[in-house]
Amino acid sequence: MTNTSANFVNVGERTNVTGSAAFKKMIMAGDYTRAVEVARSQVENGAQVVDVNMDEGLLDALEAMTTFLKLIAAEPDIARVPIMIDSSKWEVIEAGLKCVSGKPIVNSISMKEGEAAFLHHARLCMNYGAAAVVMAFDETGQADTRDRKVEICERAYKLLTGIGFPPEDIIFDPNVFAVATGIEEHNNYGVDFIEATREIKARCPHVHISGGLSNLSFSFRGNEPVRRAMHSVFLYHAIPAGMDMAIVNAGQLDVYDTIDPELRTACEDVVLNRDPEAGDRLVALAERYRGTDAVAEKQAAEWRGLPVTKRLEYALVKGIDAHVVDDTEECRQQFARPIEVIEGPLMDGMNVVGDLFGSGKMFLPQVVKSARVMKKAVAHLLPFIEAAKEPGAKGKGRVVMATVKGDVHDIGKNIVGVVLQCNGFEVVDLGVMVPWSKILEAANENDADMIGLSGLITPSLDEMVTVAEEMQRSGMTMPLLIGGATTSKVHTALRISPAYKGPVVHVLDASRAVGVATTLVSDTQRDPYVAQVAADYQAVRDAREGKGQNALLPLAEARRRGFKADMALKAPAVKQPGVHVFDDWDLADLVGYIDWTPFFRAWELAGTYPAILSDEIVGESATGLYEDARAMLDRIVSENWLTARGVAGLWPCHRHDDDVWVHDRHAEAHRSPDGGAIPPGFSVPNLDRRDEHSTRLPFLRQQIAKREGRANMCLADFIDPAGDWIGGFAVGIHGIEPHLAAYKAAHDDYNDILLKALADRLAEAFAERLHQHVRTDLWGYASGEQLTNEALIREQYRGIRPAPGYPACPEHSLKRTLFDLLDAEANVGLELTESYAMLPTAAVSGFYFGHAQAEYFGVARIGEDQLEDYAQRLGVDRDRATRLLRPNLD
Amino acid sequence: MSGFGDVSVREIFNAEAAKRILITDGAFGTEIQNWKLSEADYAGTLALGHDQKGNNDILALTKPEVPAAIHRAYFEAGADIAETNTFSANRISQADYGAEGLVREINVESARLARSIADEFTAKDGRPRFVAGAVGPTNKTLSLSPDVNDPGYREIDFDYLKDVYREQIDALVEGGADFVLIETVFDTLNAKAGVMAAIEAGAALGRDLPIMLSMTLTDLSGRNLSGHTVEAFWHAVRHARPLTIGLNCSFGAEQLRPHVKTLSEICDTLIMVYPNAGLPNELGAYDEAPATTAGLVGQWAEAGQVNVLGGCCGSTPAHIAAIAEGVRGLAPRAVPVPPVRTRLAGLEPFFMAA
Repeated sequence: MTNTSANFVNVGERTNVTGSAAFKKMIMAGDYTRAVEVARSQVENGAQVVDVNMDEGLLDALEAMTTFLKLIAAEPDIARVPIMIDSSKWEVIEAGLKCVSGKPIVNSISMKEGEAAFLHHARLCMNYGAAAVVMAFDETGQADTRDRKVEICERAYKLLTGIGFPPEDIIFDPNVFAVATGIEEHNNYGVDFIEATREIKARCPHVHISGGLSNLSFSFRGNEPVRRAMHSVFLYHAIPAGMDMAIVNAGQLDVYDTIDPELRTACEDVVLNRDPEAGDRLVALAERYRGTDAVAEKQAAEWRGLPVTKRLEYALVKGIDAHVVDDTEECRQQFARPIEVIEGPLMDGMNVVGDLFGSGKMFLPQVVKSARVMKKAVAHLLPFIEAAKEPGAKGKGRVVMATVKGDVHDIGKNIVGVVLQCNGFEVVDLGVMVPWSKILEAANENDADMIGLSGLITPSLDEMVTVAEEMQRSGMTMPLLIGGATTSKVHTALRISPAYKGPVVHVLDASRAVGVATTLVSDTQRDPYVAQVAADYQAVRDAREGKGQNALLPLAEARRRGFKADMALKAPAVKQPGVHVFDDWDLADLVGYIDWTPFFRAWELAGTYPAILSDEIVGESATGLYEDARAMLDRIVSENWLTARGVAGLWPCHRHDDDVWVHDRHAEAHRSPDGGAIPPGFSVPNLDRRDEHSTRLPFLRQQIAKREGRANMCLADFIDPAGDWIGGFAVGIHGIEPHLAAYKAAHDDYNDILLKALADRLAEAFAERLHQHVRTDLWGYASGEQLTNEALIREQYRGIRPAPGYPACPEHSLKRTLFDLLDAEANVGLELTESYAMLPTAAVSGFYFGHAQAEYFGVARIGEDQLEDYAQRLGVDRDRATRLLRPNLD
Repeated sequence: MSGFGDVSVREIFNAEAAKRILITDGAFGTEIQNWKLSEADYAGTLALGHDQKGNNDILALTKPEVPAAIHRAYFEAGADIAETNTFSANRISQADYGAEGLVREINVESARLARSIADEFTAKDGRPRFVAGAVGPTNKTLSLSPDVNDPGYREIDFDYLKDVYREQIDALVEGGADFVLIETVFDTLNAKAGVMAAIEAGAALGRDLPIMLSMTLTDLSGRNLSGHTVEAFWHAVRHARPLTIGLNCSFGAEQLRPHVKTLSEICDTLIMVYPNAGLPNELGAYDEAPATTAGLVGQWAEAGQVNVLGGCCGSTPAHIAAIAEGVRGLAPRAVPVPPVRTRLAGLEPFFMAA
């Protein structure tokens, strides 16, 4: 909580359509997303109150005002400050008052339309709980001279306090008018304001004085240096007189003392009306300043003024890559050898980053931005290092990393790579789908200190065992690190560690990677740590050995205890059977279906969206990340970076034991390549249970003995043996490669990872959206469904979409069958690797079950009898089935 | 009609509060549960289409002996104030029970019931008893969008909510409520709509209709659901000239301690706090003993931070008796005179020297 108190208040003016052309353009275009960002940057730049004005002839000001106020109310880092509701129309102000929850300021009320209207508005301000700017304006017009300003304000003060309006809630605006206009009567306007201010403050206890500064310098439009100087000079004299609020761009005020003395004197002569020639002098002098850009100078001044090594550190900690190449070059020229720049200032900066990250003061997204700066600096230095034929610095250690063969997922691996690099490790990244031979070769060639393996899908677990076995066979001894979503300490201890005599360590997440890697390259800590991990894993194995695992039922018994679905609750017949292809689903439509919580999890920020944005610990980091993500999403959508392609199929089927027989050929003639409707009149001719064209989907059944009354579930249980319907889908996000290549070329890991993570989210959103379309239209059993995205995320709809490789149907090869049913390669360009990972990586596939009782479950451990049975149903030999089902076997 | 003759009830209340720490009552919901009422008890002969079970407020029409007994129990425990059993007696909440057509009747009867029992106790010992017409927050919010994808969306607007409150407030006053208690404020803008409704109701009556305001916190850092800190909340509602301001519900006394202290220091009006009886246990029930609650709130009394004490969820007549007993003879908080400053607020307070 920040208690803000001020003697002089800056009111942000950028969210004012009359004062900011850029903001006006956004509002006119209905681009409220960017408009909200303007408000945010105002507050970030120190505005203590945010002025909102929508008075524009071509705009429905009331609608724009309320829309914008409601939107910024949803942004805690904007809504924390008071709002100034600014309009010349009372009805716009009142509509605004109904949307603002704190205590705002109304800008403005006046006696322009007489005392009755003035007091009516004042009473409403009191009843809504608002302070008010009172313009020095009466029935006869705006006050221009000192005496008129004082007279009107004093009269207003007496009227207001007379109805109980708190005097401290009155803010007088005695009208700042333009000076140096060439008209003699205007020359004294500055003096009039300043003197009136002093007098009003003396006569009207507790009130404030405000003014809009931009009027003052109206004659110098387009000459920012002169306008800023005039504003600064004006405030320098008006504040001591009692002016305590100004509507001004706080970032664009010059410090009085730093204004060029010649300009300052000229401005002062004008503002204080020291002689009749002052205006002409300033006009003449002003020409010299036109076009000079002191703004950039000033913004750059602060940290850009630091010594170059400090600048590099600042850029690294803040993740600013704008100047890093120049600074690195400057640094290089100061050092004898380019490598010293890396070993010196760059590593010093990264150590600061590492310390902040380690102590929880920085979070992953910021660290990845820092790494981007580091990479750019190193990329600049590398040619010089190579020219000097210096051996590259090995740093703390060298890690060879790879996503194993058959797997294409690398977000997590890339994050770990970046974090290790930030902490002084050299990372040799072999990419995705890397066979064991290449991993071993690279490790030897690069004299690696350790190997890191990553994978997301369960078949990758087996592949990791293979890598470990091959490392053992070739007599390697370097540590092997295991990470990725499906990996676990238990799997590492039970399966990988026994295959390799060298140290094997499961690394839970990126934040632990540094600690583990650092320990493993330490002379003193390595051995005790390795021994401790080995003992730990032995304990896991012992526990597994000794533990009385849950007894398994014989398969026949498990089937008897299967879930007895009430077939009265099965979904009605599909409205549009067959295969529906969607070549280019509107990305803008998908954005609203994004589940953001897993996005933050990918960046190791714990919490639920949207609460995470205001989280006390990670909120700032999450908000920054979210803003970057939304900005990139906007570009993805508006510039058509990506294409969402998807296919859904709906077929008649029936169930026999644990198999579902899909009569897909019956619906084969019914395809809608454009995703549109299939013509009516389709009927399913034949539901013969042993039809030769039917496709068999073998499902797995839970075998763990459960207490009475709890079913041993199998997905087939949700299908009616007497005839039913099932669906399947596959969606993918295409076209990411050129954009990733551009980021890679720019050494921009941050945006590289961000884009991948967003593509993943879009794929999930597409799966959600398509499932909804299936429920409401294609299958049509829930045509009246209306759910918010939140409800969709919580799966508050009827039906499920289990994916092969996930707990309810954990065997991945079923994906091959699903893809054949959908003809996914030909229809939407989705491919499968040998381990059944999907390409492009951002893809989701699964089956649709429409039964009202259908729910997700985990198959978990199965017995030898089901293995045999499944091998036979799948038509493979026992060895192959064992490999496919290994994660579910003892 | 309140029974205080010509002197305004605000003055009488302030005069009583200057003498001692006043006691408001405790929970109704948990007390009603003890009656183990059936659906038929709730429904009475109203023949409404919906299941009325759980519609506690409708008991004023269908089983008035229940709220009557509870009011009596709290007065016997030492309460000076009865809060009407009307937390959900507004058009929005009653629509869930198909009883939105009965809003006026429920409020009039609830206030009348509380008034008659209050007057009965006053007649016995001459000590003034007050009736606070309880106005809950409704289950809608003016500050937040229910749709995460459309942060600018609102289910209701200010004027609609103001009308909803106005209907309830008019009926409460008609039934004899002395004050309008806008309580359990999770959304500050909802409260501002309630304040506007009460101001307009008072204007229509042509007299001062005192408002009591009670905020509820949704997190331990001291903010309500709309994100306002207690201090920002005070700035946002100070224009209501509330008779009392304070906190209720949300947490037990232990958790409210720092926020009671903050309010006590800054508010130039009476402080009323009625916390829950601790935090719910793993079964969702409140099991803080009366002596424990009384001990905790008694510390505020000893520190001179409160003027009115009572209980919210889980509190019973035994809790109220223990609190009344515990603070007897302790001096009430002296209302401070804070310096004149401009007090504005976003989600956080903002000051200007004035």
